[in-house]
Amino acid sequence: MSAIRVIAAGALTTVQDLGRFHHAHFGVSASGAADPLALRAANLLVGNAENAAALEMTLVGGTFEFETGAVIALTGSDFAPGLPLWEAVGVKAGQTVRCGPTRGGARCYLAVRGGIDTPVVMGSRSVHVMTGVGGQPLRAGDRLPVGDAAVRKPRRAISAPPEYAPETLLRVTAGPQADRFAGELYVGAYTVSEESNRMGLRLRGPAIPSPAGGMLTEGVALGAIQAPPDGQPIILFVEHQTTGGYPKPANVISADFWKLGQARPRDTVRFEEVTLDRALELLQEQEKWLYGLV
Amino acid sequence: MRSGTITKVTIRPASDRSLLISFGDRISDKAHQEVSRLCHALRGVRGVLNLHPAFASVLIDFDPRLRTHSEIEALVQERSSGDVSGGAEAAWEAPRLVEIPVCYGGEFGPDLEDVARHCGMDAAQVVELHSAAEYLVYFVGFSTCFPYLGGLPAALATPRLTAPRRHVPEGSVAIGGSQAGIYPLASPGGWRLIGRTPLRLFDPQDSPPGLLRMDDRVRFRPVGEVRW
Repeated sequence: MSAIRVIAAGALTTVQDLGRFHHAHFGVSASGAADPLALRAANLLVGNAENAAALEMTLVGGTFEFETGAVIALTGSDFAPGLPLWEAVGVKAGQTVRCGPTRGGARCYLAVRGGIDTPVVMGSRSVHVMTGVGGQPLRAGDRLPVGDAAVRKPRRAISAPPEYAPETLLRVTAGPQADRFAGELYVGAYTVSEESNRMGLRLRGPAIPSPAGGMLTEGVALGAIQAPPDGQPIILFVEHQTTGGYPKPANVISADFWKLGQARPRDTVRFEEVTLDRALELLQEQEKWLYGLV
Repeated sequence: MRSGTITKVTIRPASDRSLLISFGDRISDKAHQEVSRLCHALRGVRGVLNLHPAFASVLIDFDPRLRTHSEIEALVQERSSGDVSGGAEAAWEAPRLVEIPVCYGGEFGPDLEDVARHCGMDAAQVVELHSAAEYLVYFVGFSTCFPYLGGLPAALATPRLTAPRRHVPEGSVAIGGSQAGIYPLASPGGWRLIGRTPLRLFDPQDSPPGLLRMDDRVRFRPVGEVRW
């Protein structure tokens, strides 16, 4: 079987697909690609099903050697791989792809035609870094089998890929406790803290007063914005806990999840509230863009 | 309406891909039954990606490309009034009584003496009370198979630590306020640790991956020191 050898792993490189569903009632959140749009685009480019597993690199990429010839696509942040991004490219047997530090954005995806064929755990190949479900971050010397699960021919290059800026506007819809807040979230800009990880993006900025009265622990959604007692918001990310007890003024819209995956420490974010209908329109436009590629 | 009982149900979107169904704002067996019933009823529905049960609510995650909020809401209405004792329930494992062996105190339960002091009893009495009670798994959540247990004797309620520990070992049996729980994996945590079980609560290779499931009953059995 064909395989990819990890020569250098980079800062945090993991195998990810679109996530592990149907296990939240065991306290296991979905995990999956932090920028699902870039992962899906990479898979479509090489002719995989959009849920195939690929490599997710974080801030600093790794070096990978291909044991046999392969068709790959790099999407997401530009980690200076010396290959064009957002298009399918052929690599030869023995060829090495070397990625470096990001030139903008936080995550770069490397998909290979056929998909990465690590074991499926509870319905997914995604690594859940915090618990070790699905495996561990890559280390030098790892060997990743490449599957044969391509479903179509490779596609042509993507035009007008997303741009990653250090200032981001996150569109949100009202959260379950929005009526306990007075729009404080929409006033100032917030800085993404260095303590952010795949569980949550911790923000620093104008404090959001904690509403009076406690609340019972309840289920929490991806992209939920929690306001803990210190008033510094936390955006629940792909490895979020499944239940929580902090009030939530807002929730990031699905069409902007990719921005969470591309936010770097020290980037700034602002929030803008939209209606549910608008959020779904934006998602539809994004789906059209993605499938317009193919 | 079932058994002539009236529960105020609130349904609201939590995000553009989820709906939060609440059965009041209190922990009660009644609210728990509604939560359990709704989770049973929604298992295996196309387009539903995850169910997040809690004490008195269920968050339903769905794929917004396949489902709308109003469709999910209609499903909730339809299925919560219907009889779920047939097909849907058959696919759901029946609740069990699970016995959890626990080494109480010492290095396994560093907070046992503090809990005893707080409750005005000695450590042996804490162990006796804790292991005599029968607990109900209200739900499993937070982080990887953490069971929220109801049924802690009121006399054992002890506030959480003011500063959480950075490292709580896997299998730690704990008290947090009026709740009982077990840490399935090593993690940070602020509950009081009174013992530890050698049983594995989480195994990703198992299906289902968790030893304990919603509605199971739990008993703790004191054991001498075991080899880990």
